[in-house]
Amino acid sequence: MMILQAVADTARTYRDFPVIGSRAAVWITAEIHLMFAAFVLGVPIFAVVAEGIGIFGKDQRYDRLSKEFTRLLLIAYSATAIWGALLVFMLSTLYQPLWAYLTRIFGPSMWLYAALFLFESFTLYLYYYGWDRWKYGRSKIVHWCLGILLNIWGTIVMFIADSWLTYMMTPPRDITPETSPATIKIWHAIMNHTWMPINIHRLIGNVVFGGAIVGAYASYRFLAARTEEERAHYDWMGYVGNFIAMSALIVLPFAGYWLGREIYQYDQSMGITMMGGFMSWLWVIQAFLIAVLFLTGNYYLWVGMGRIPGSERYRPYTKWLLVVLVIGALVWGTPHTMIADSRELAAMGGSHHPLLGALGVMSAKNTAVNLMILATFLSFLLYRRANIRQVVPWAQTGTRIQGAMFVIAAAIVLFFGIRGYFVEAIVRIGYSVYQVGAVLACIIFVTILDVLMARGAQSLGAIQWGKMPPRSQYALFILAVTFTWLMGLMGFARSGIRQHWHIWQVMQDTTPYAATPALGYAAIMISTCVLIFLSLVGFIFWLGGLAEKSTFVPSTVEAPHVGH
Amino acid sequence: MRAYLKHPFWQAVGLFVAAFLVVEFVIPALPGSAVVPKSVVLQYMATVLVGILIWVSDDEARWTTFKEPLHDVLIQPRLKVVRTVLLAVVTLMVGCLTYSQVKASVAAPPNLRSIHPAPPSQITFRGKTITLVGLENPLRKQGDIAAHIAEGHRIYYQNCVPCHGDHLDGQGHFASGFNPLPANFQDNGTIAQLTESFVFWRIAKGGPGLPREGTPWNSAMPAWEEFLTEDEIWSVVLFLYDQTGWKPRTWEVSAEGSK
Repeated sequence: MMILQAVADTARTYRDFPVIGSRAAVWITAEIHLMFAAFVLGVPIFAVVAEGIGIFGKDQRYDRLSKEFTRLLLIAYSATAIWGALLVFMLSTLYQPLWAYLTRIFGPSMWLYAALFLFESFTLYLYYYGWDRWKYGRSKIVHWCLGILLNIWGTIVMFIADSWLTYMMTPPRDITPETSPATIKIWHAIMNHTWMPINIHRLIGNVVFGGAIVGAYASYRFLAARTEEERAHYDWMGYVGNFIAMSALIVLPFAGYWLGREIYQYDQSMGITMMGGFMSWLWVIQAFLIAVLFLTGNYYLWVGMGRIPGSERYRPYTKWLLVVLVIGALVWGTPHTMIADSRELAAMGGSHHPLLGALGVMSAKNTAVNLMILATFLSFLLYRRANIRQVVPWAQTGTRIQGAMFVIAAAIVLFFGIRGYFVEAIVRIGYSVYQVGAVLACIIFVTILDVLMARGAQSLGAIQWGKMPPRSQYALFILAVTFTWLMGLMGFARSGIRQHWHIWQVMQDTTPYAATPALGYAAIMISTCVLIFLSLVGFIFWLGGLAEKSTFVPSTVEAPHVGH
Repeated sequence: MRAYLKHPFWQAVGLFVAAFLVVEFVIPALPGSAVVPKSVVLQYMATVLVGILIWVSDDEARWTTFKEPLHDVLIQPRLKVVRTVLLAVVTLMVGCLTYSQVKASVAAPPNLRSIHPAPPSQITFRGKTITLVGLENPLRKQGDIAAHIAEGHRIYYQNCVPCHGDHLDGQGHFASGFNPLPANFQDNGTIAQLTESFVFWRIAKGGPGLPREGTPWNSAMPAWEEFLTEDEIWSVVLFLYDQTGWKPRTWEVSAEGSK
C-alpha cells in the first residue's frame, strides 16, 4: 500500500532527462517539430499556388514544380509526426503537472487536432498519388481543390496548437492560480490575447519559410545539375521560391508588429522584458538576420538581372538601392544600450551613445525597416520590367506616377519617423501604423499600375534561365538558413518572456530549469536545433532526388516572369 | 592614379577605409557626440563589408575585374615581393589581434546589463502594497502641482544632485566614480521611455531592488524608500519630468478598455 501511495504521490511530479536535462530535451523536440510543421504547412501553400498558376496560366512547368514539392512533403509529414509524438512523450513524462493542466482545459481540442492530422495526411496521399490520374479537365480542378483542402486542414491544425501555446503566454486575465482548470471554458482559453496575432504571423511566416525551402532545394539541385536544361529548370524554380519568400517577407514585419502590440496591451511589463529588458539583445540579433534576408534577397535579384536582356537600363539604379539597404541595416542594428567597456561608458556618459543612441529607438527602427521594404519592392519592380518595353501610350506618365508614389511613401515614413522623437510614447506607437499604411498603399497601387502598363508590352528577349553564377545559389542557401535561425531565435523570445512561469502568472515552473537561460546558452541551443533540422532537410532533399528522377520539363517557350 | 580610382577593387578598399574613418573619427568629432564603442564599430564595419561585397559581386563584369588584383598577387611571378610582404603583414595582423584579445587588462569587461528591466506588477513600500500596473502619479490630481514640483526640486537638490547632476544629465560630482554611471534624465532613452510608476519603482527600490534580469547587480543607487516618503518620491518624479520637458509614457489601453 505504501509503495502504491508513493507512486500515486509522485505521478504528477517533474522528472529529469539524462545528460542534457528536461528543458533542453523539450526545447529541441519542440523546436524541430515546429520547424518541420512550418515546412509541411508552408510548402503546401506554395504547391497549391504553383498548381493554380499551372492550371490557369496553362504552364506545365508550374504543375511539375508543385508535384515535385508534394513528393518531398510525404517524407516531411512523417518527420513532423515523429517529432510531434516525441514532444508529447517528453511533456507528458517530464513536465507532468503542466501537461495535466493543459489536457484538463484543452483535451477536446487535442482529440480534434489528432483527427484533423489524420484527415490532413490522407488528403495529402490523395493529392500526391492522384496527381497523374486527375490530370485533365474538371478532374484537375478537383485535384487542385484537394490541395486547397490540404491547406485548410493544416491551417486549422496550426490554429489549434497555437491556442495551447498562446494560452501559456497570455491566459485570460480572470484566470488566477486558484482557478481550477476544470472550470475554464475551452473557447475562453482559446480566444486569448495573442492567439489570432500568432496565427496570422505564423501563417505568413510559413509561406516565407516554404518559399525559402523551395529556393534552397532548387539551389541544391542547380549546383548538382549536369545539363543546361536541368540548370535552367532549377534556376527558374529558385527564382519562384525566392519570389514567394520575399513577397511574403515584406508583409511579415507588420504581422509581427501586431503581435508585439498585443503583448504590450496584455501586460506592459512582459512587453518591456521582450523589447527593453534582457530579451532586447535578441532584437538586435534579429535586426541583423533580417537585414541579411533583405540584402541577400535583393542580391539574388540583382545577380539575376544579368541573365535578362534589357536589364542594363536599370543596373545603374541598383547601387542606390544597396545604399538605402545598407544604411537601413546600420540603423536597424544600432543597439540603444551599447556593449561598452568602462572607458567608453565614461566617454558616452552612460550606455546610451549621445548621438547614435537616437538610432536605437523605435522611431528610427520603424523608419529604417519601412524604407528597406520600399527599396526591396523597387528591386522587384525593376526585375519585373527588365526585359519588357511598355507600349501603352501613357507608359511615361504611369512611370512618373509610380515614382511619385515612392517619393510620397518615403516622405511619409521619414516624416513620422522624425516626428516620433518629439511626441510622447503612446502617440509615437500610433505613428507606425501611418508608416506601414503608406508603404502598403504604395506597394498595392504601384503594382496595379505596373500590371496595367505591362499589357501588350514588347519583349526585349527571353530570360536566359540557367545563366546564373553559383554564388547566386549560395544566396538562396543563406536565405533558408537565416529564416530557420530566425524562427528558432524569435520563438525563444516569445516563449522566454514567460520567464519562470509555465503559464504566465497562473502556473509557476518549479523545476531546476525554471530560470530563463542566458543568451549564450540559448544561442547554442537554437543553433543546435537549426543544425539538426537542416541536416534532416538535407537528407529529405537527397531522398527526393533518389526516389524519382528530376521532374524538370524541357521548355521551348519563353519563360515568363511570375505575375506576368 | 585615375585607373586605380576606377578599379572596383580599389574603390571597394577606399569605401571600406572611408567608412571606418567616418565611424571611428568623424562621428566622435561631431558636436555633442562621443567615442563609438568597439562593439558598435565592429558591427557597422561588418555591415559595410557585406554591402561592399554585394556591390562588387552583383555584376559579372565588375566581379571579374574586382578579383584580378587578388588573383595577380597570388600567382604572378613578378609580384613575389608583394606576395611575401602581404603574407607577413596578414600574419602579423592576426598575431596582433590575437595578442590584443588575450592580454591581461585592468579594465572591467563589457557586459550586457539590462538598463530597463521589466518592473514587477506590484511592490511593497514600507509594508504597504502598491500595484504598479496602471498606476499614475497621484500628485497630478492632488493639491497644487507647482508646490509639488517645488518640493521635488528641493528633494532632488538635497539627495540626487551629487550623482545625477545639476543638469539632470547624470554628470554629478560623484558620477565618474560609478559603473554603471548615474542615469542621464535628459537622454531620450531614460525617463522619456518610461511610465511614472516605473521611475517611482526604481527610486524606491534602487540598486538593491533590481530584479534578476537587471544583473550584474552593481548599481550604487540607494533604495530611497529607506529615506523618503511615498509623496516625496512622487514629487521628485514630477520634478524630473517638469525639468527635462519629457512626457511620461502612458499606459496601453487594452481591448477591454482597462489599463
